[in-house]
Amino acid sequence: MPGAQIETKLWVWQRLSAAVLGVCVFVHLGMIIYAVQGGLNAAEIITRVSGNFLWFVFYAVFILAVAVHAPIGVRTILNEMTPLSPKATHLVMAVLCLVILVMGFRAVIGLYQAGAGL
Amino acid sequence: MSNTIKVSVWRGAKDGEYQTFDVPRQPSQTVLDVITYIQRHIDPTLSYRFACRVGVCGSCAMTVNGRPRWTCRTHVDKVATDGTLTVAPLRNLEVVKDLACDMTTFFEKMNRAEGKFHPTKTRDDDFAFIKPDDKKRKQAAAGIECIGCGVCYAACDIVDWNKDYLGPAALNRAWTLVNDERDGGNEIRLAAVAGDAGCHACHSQQGCVEHCPKHLSPTHAITGLKRETAKAAIKGLLGGGD
Repeated sequence: MPGAQIETKLWVWQRLSAAVLGVCVFVHLGMIIYAVQGGLNAAEIITRVSGNFLWFVFYAVFILAVAVHAPIGVRTILNEMTPLSPKATHLVMAVLCLVILVMGFRAVIGLYQAGAGL
Repeated sequence: MSNTIKVSVWRGAKDGEYQTFDVPRQPSQTVLDVITYIQRHIDPTLSYRFACRVGVCGSCAMTVNGRPRWTCRTHVDKVATDGTLTVAPLRNLEVVKDLACDMTTFFEKMNRAEGKFHPTKTRDDDFAFIKPDDKKRKQAAAGIECIGCGVCYAACDIVDWNKDYLGPAALNRAWTLVNDERDGGNEIRLAAVAGDAGCHACHSQQGCVEHCPKHLSPTHAITGLKRETAKAAIKGLLGGGD
C-alpha cells in the first residue's frame, strides 16, 4: 500500500506520545488538584514551580509529546474529513508541530526564567 | 401471531423504491423463507441471492430492518418485533438488482490484503506440525470461520466514508494468514494492509464485531495487524520508498 511505512511510523509515534501524554496529564492535573486542596491558588503554584529544573524538564517533555501527538491526529482527521491532498495535510501537520513547539517552549522557558530570576 | 406479515422489499438498483408484500406467517420462519415465498408465489422477478440456506455459504446477507444480517439464520420472530419487515440490499456494495449486490469489490479487497496463502513448502516436504495450543494457531483459529458474507463490510462506517478501505473481512483474513506458520508472504502482506486504507484506518467502532453472524472479532484481528505492522515499520520492512 502506498505510504505504508510512513503511515505506520506516524501511527507508532502517535501511540508512543499518547502514552507519555497519559502520564503527563495525570501528573499535571494531579498536582494541581493536590495543591489547591491546601488552599494554593494558580499564582502561588506557579511561584513554587517556576525556576525548578525538574518541572522544566517535565513540561518540556509534555510539550514535545503534544507536538508529536496532536499534529498527527489533526492530519488524520483532515485526511478523513476534508478533500485536502495528502501533501497539504502533511504540511498542516508540520506547521502545527512547529507552532506547538514554539508556543509551548516560549511558555515553559518563561515559567522557568521567572522563578530562576533570569 | 398474525396470519401475515407486511414486508417492504427494495426494488431496483441504486435508484429504486420499496415494494410492500403480505406474506403468510409460518412457525420458525426465517427472513430468507419470507423472501423466497415472495419470489416463488407473488413476484418471480424479485432478484436475491442464496445457496446453502444453513449459514455456511455466506451468500444471503441483506439489510433487515436497518441491520445487516444473514437472512437464512435470522428468524422473523426475533427481528419483526412490530410485525413488519424491511429488507434491503447490503450497504457499501453496488446493487445489481433488488436484493442482490455486486460482491466484486469485497472479494477484490481480500486479494489486495494478500488474503491468499503463500506456501513455503512443496508436496515433497513433510507436514507442518503445529500444536493445537500454539499461540499463533489460536489467533488464526479465532478468525478462520469467516464465511465471506459481507455483513461486517456493510456494517462498517469506515468503509462507508473511505471507499478504498480494505474493510473488516479482508483484514481478518490477512490476520489469519499472518498467524499461519506455513505461510511465507507476511512481508508483502503487512505492507499491503498498513496505511490509511488498511488497518490504520480502523476506528475500533466494532460495528463488525456487533454484526458478525459467526461472532468473530475483526477488530481484534485489526489490532493484531496494527501491532505487527508497527514492528515491521520499525524494522523498515514496509517498503514503498518512504
